[in-house]
Amino acid sequence: MPKLYDLAHCRAGDKGNTSILSLVAYRPEDYPTLASQVTAEAVRQHLRGIVRGDIRRYELPQLAALQFVCEHSLNGGVTTSLALDAHGKSLSFALLEMEIQQPG
Amino acid sequence: MRTSLRLGGGAGFAGDRLDAPLDLAERGGLDYLVLECLAERTIALAQLRRRRDPAAGFDTRLTERVESLLPILARRRVKLVSNFGAANPLAAAEAIVDIARRLRIPVKAAAVTGDDVLDALDLDAPTLETGAALSTFAPIVSANAYLGAEALLPALQSGADVIVTGRVADPSLFVGPLMHEYGWSPDDVDRLARGTAVGHLLECAGQLCGGYFADPGRKEIPDMAHLGFPFADVDPDGNATLGKAADTGGRITRATATEQLLYEVTDPHGYLTPDVTADFSAVTLTETGPNRIAVRGARGRARPTQLKVSVGYLAGYVGEGEIGYAGTNAVARAQLAAQILRERLGGRYSELRIDLVGSTSLHGRAFDTDERPYEVRLRVAARATSREEAAIVGDEVEALYTNGPAGGGGTRKYVTEQIGIVSTLIDRGRVRPSVTVHEWSAHAEAV
Repeated sequence: MPKLYDLAHCRAGDKGNTSILSLVAYRPEDYPTLASQVTAEAVRQHLRGIVRGDIRRYELPQLAALQFVCEHSLNGGVTTSLALDAHGKSLSFALLEMEIQQPG
Repeated sequence: MRTSLRLGGGAGFAGDRLDAPLDLAERGGLDYLVLECLAERTIALAQLRRRRDPAAGFDTRLTERVESLLPILARRRVKLVSNFGAANPLAAAEAIVDIARRLRIPVKAAAVTGDDVLDALDLDAPTLETGAALSTFAPIVSANAYLGAEALLPALQSGADVIVTGRVADPSLFVGPLMHEYGWSPDDVDRLARGTAVGHLLECAGQLCGGYFADPGRKEIPDMAHLGFPFADVDPDGNATLGKAADTGGRITRATATEQLLYEVTDPHGYLTPDVTADFSAVTLTETGPNRIAVRGARGRARPTQLKVSVGYLAGYVGEGEIGYAGTNAVARAQLAAQILRERLGGRYSELRIDLVGSTSLHGRAFDTDERPYEVRLRVAARATSREEAAIVGDEVEALYTNGPAGGGGTRKYVTEQIGIVSTLIDRGRVRPSVTVHEWSAHAEAV
């Protein structure tokens, strides 16, 4: 089964204890696949144990992008976390490990 | 009036490369060079330095930056805007004038102050993160309001060559010159939003040009050792085209620009700055040539009524220790070491964390469980209330040499003082920006 990695690229950003994951389709024609399969709920399932709060998803079709704003995801917050990757910079590649069913 | 302005992004954080902005200033054809040098914690650390030395508290690499940039900026007639004043913009402006005097380059440096609101802080105010009152985060060491582009206008109007600030919202460092040069009014929300999109795209410098983007075989970026830093050509309506100097490394594409446009945006429909509520949801990015991207379509709404304040506090100490294991059964031996450390350290600290680097340190559980690493590194971290308590963590790891599992090697130990950051809001009326100009010229010296 293909991974999200094959269809899209991702960058993670941080604000306090919130991780922001920007998911961008390489090809605009793959955007509908992302929009239908990479729901906020699917991301919550995939990143269970990491994302501990709500996930808001924003759709940006003209950029072929989805924005996931994941609360309570950075071990209490960037500045006081004991984690090695306190910013959660590497979470982008955790999201891209998600398996995707490609249409047709 | 000008019909086009070129703004350059010459630093994305205080530790950024020093050579890339030199090349951008020399060959980029810029009108303004902006250096963004203040991450959340940077200003709190700078405030601690200022407490020890009243002449300190600005970017520790300011001298290096200005010494190398000033001759180029003067020759190319490029103005510099930077928040590298950190906790002490006044001392920074004086330091810049001292450098200019030494280099015999006339300079007018304007310091923007007023972001330091430590004395005006209401300790009963709730933090945006948890709602708990600020007073629960003692001892507080710094409180800086995010100033907007308007705070820069008197400095720009003074004709200064260098504008040095403390905390200013990152995109506002770019919006300020646009407001000044094009006469945008503070309620011209659509133009301010377009300027904000430009500022947001440039504020992380190399990240727009393929930095923090490359993935070999999947997202190729050429010559990253010499990544060119970006600029934007902005018209009087705020429409822009992104680019970088010829013959530099890196690449600007729709993909790199999309990642940067959305970077750290918690609401693409309402990106809040002191200047405007910017809506990026209809922004389009169009490739108009190699390394050229047209940016259109940001819209604006009224700016927030209050300003965000970033508050730094002393959050104790963190003690860390590391040790490595290799070969057959490496993970099991690292896990045994972890178990020993938990038994010996667990009761002592409010928070203890053990990671196996090479296996589970970044995401807790591995997404690909089939792989057995040849080597793994145990890392333990604990929060402590004193430097001495924190040091015990590393000592215990070191003691695994003679008391732990077989084959452990390469121990390291660290103690770090931790600065926490929380945010709150403050009424605009309680924040009063002001500008102080320092200058030097051979002529003035002769008089």
